[in-house]
Amino acid sequence: MNKASLKLTIASLLTASAMNLQAAEEKVLNVYNWSDYIAEDTIAQFEAETGIKVVYDVFDSNEVLEAKILSGSTGFDLVVPTSDFLARQVQAGAFIKLDKTKLTNYSNLDAKIMDMLDDTADPGNQYAVPYLWGTTGLGYNVNKVKEVLGEDAPTNSWDLVFKPENMEKLQKCGVAFLNAPTELFAAALHYVGKDPNSVDPNDYKDTGEAYQLLKAVRPYVTYFHSSQYINDLANGDICVAIGWSGDVLQASDRAAEADNGVEVEYVIPQEGALAWFDLMAIPADAPHKDNAHKFINFLLQPKVISEISNYVWYANPTPASKEFIDPEIIEHPGIYPSDETLAKLYGAKVTPAKVSRTLTRSWTKFLQN
Amino acid sequence: MTTQSSAKLKKWLTRLTPSGRCAILAVPYFWLFLFFLMPFFIVFKISFAEAVIAIPPYTQLMTMAEEQVQILLNLGNYAYLIEDSLYISSYLQSVRIASISTLLCLVIGFPMAWAIVHSSPANRNILLMLIILPSWTSFLIRVYAWIGILKNNGFLNNILMYTGIIDEPLRILHTDTAVYIGIVYTYLPFMILPLYTALMRVDYSLVEAARDLGASTTTVLLKVLLPLTKAGIIAGSMLVFIPAVGEFVIPELLGGPDSILIGKILWQEFFNNRDWPVAAAVASVMLLLLMVPIMFFYRYQKREMEAG
Repeated sequence: MNKASLKLTIASLLTASAMNLQAAEEKVLNVYNWSDYIAEDTIAQFEAETGIKVVYDVFDSNEVLEAKILSGSTGFDLVVPTSDFLARQVQAGAFIKLDKTKLTNYSNLDAKIMDMLDDTADPGNQYAVPYLWGTTGLGYNVNKVKEVLGEDAPTNSWDLVFKPENMEKLQKCGVAFLNAPTELFAAALHYVGKDPNSVDPNDYKDTGEAYQLLKAVRPYVTYFHSSQYINDLANGDICVAIGWSGDVLQASDRAAEADNGVEVEYVIPQEGALAWFDLMAIPADAPHKDNAHKFINFLLQPKVISEISNYVWYANPTPASKEFIDPEIIEHPGIYPSDETLAKLYGAKVTPAKVSRTLTRSWTKFLQN
Repeated sequence: MTTQSSAKLKKWLTRLTPSGRCAILAVPYFWLFLFFLMPFFIVFKISFAEAVIAIPPYTQLMTMAEEQVQILLNLGNYAYLIEDSLYISSYLQSVRIASISTLLCLVIGFPMAWAIVHSSPANRNILLMLIILPSWTSFLIRVYAWIGILKNNGFLNNILMYTGIIDEPLRILHTDTAVYIGIVYTYLPFMILPLYTALMRVDYSLVEAARDLGASTTTVLLKVLLPLTKAGIIAGSMLVFIPAVGEFVIPELLGGPDSILIGKILWQEFFNNRDWPVAAAVASVMLLLLMVPIMFFYRYQKREMEAG
């Protein structure tokens, strides 16, 4: 072997090993998460720690995420669907089982929450790790509601929005409902004393009690939308919203910052409310599965996840993070509810296709009337 | 080989090889094939499948069973569209909103086009520019701007309240009125530009002649101007009507919950029900529905060309 050919061999060996490294995993991670749902410097911290470049993209509805996942080959390495949506996507074969040997911080997770997920969305906790969780309850403008309904306004009860006599007065200052059919029907079913996860299509038809309840207050609802109420509550354009805990509290925060005299409060009604979990899962065709595991493991650190909770006002599933969380968040009964309230929360289950069609159809009819 | 036979061969060859004219014509056909026909066939194909929980979420039409290809067509999705009154009523509502918007665009656009044509050439270019200028910013931002203008606590209501014209804010946002405002605002340039071209071509000695013969303004408009600009009116109306029928963004952002247009129905089938086959059927029917005015336009244009 002469010198020239030796050089060539070394060069080719070098390129081969470089290519091997690349095959192991490119230093990139594509994350698809909810909008306004992470602290400002979380990504930068992860990039500095691991050298992995994060491409971060956001969505604002489970339906949009699901349509992408079900089309296949999304190119995302980590997605964050809500529990009941995840359950259906697992059925479709959309995710890989997590490699828990790579998740060294897995033991930080709250055992109670993991048991609940084991029971509902993810049997055996095989596919997903919870990211944050929250509830669907009531957001209201403290002063305006008092002004309209008087001192003893039922602000801690679903009566506020499900009793026509209250709604009739509230319409003056504006009421927004989430445009989330499954969650609204669950709330209505629960209010009339039925199973919020009913699989009986009759419970969702226009002859059912839940529909009648919603229909009676329909004329007084200003609009149905799932994100606009944040701004409108903060500006005082509406005074009551059925909304998501963290979103309402962000509105409250914005109003306080703007110092516009608007005081927004969030409450989990005493009758109970829907608790939902946003779960991290890795798509079956994710190009960077290793990096995705690293990111999940990173987020399981108490300090990291506490900063996110401090920023977005949602509870996290890592009990050890509580010592780092701001007192006004940890003590807020709407974010970290008391055990008594916790016992009244209910989770969402997958609805069969026939039920979801009946539900959507009823919802459309409901909106039209 | 004789020279005669070689000449014959040459002629035969030239007939076989595509001429330049064919090659140029092939480009738009290829474009249409690739970006219209192919996607449409994919959608059309899905409309005969059944929804399942899988990736992708519908059944395959062709299956291999015992080494034989089986094709299963499911017509249930189309039957479903007829069974449930929701679909027909939302098609009708879409057509109604699109028609009224088109008419409003015409009524507003015609005088504007007329004014542009009759201004001095220097001003004309500036005015045309002003018509096109708004489309330099994102369509979405302009629709959001309308939210700011129309909302209860918004620009318009504040001005009206300040001047004392009204005492209580007008509810415009989240009503059909807001949808009309949004659609007319967005599509008005598509009406004005063809009308402008048509009005430019009018021979105004005909208008003068009509005037000399004692025709009133209305008569001049109805009997002279409108017939002469018919092509522009039809072209403008098509450009407004067709996208307005399938409009999703404007009713979603400005409309109330009761404005269930066909675009919204498509969204619901696709995202809420996860029923791609029914969504595909809704889309196919919508296309067929729009074919009627398009064919009408095409035939009209052909007749005009033959006459001209």
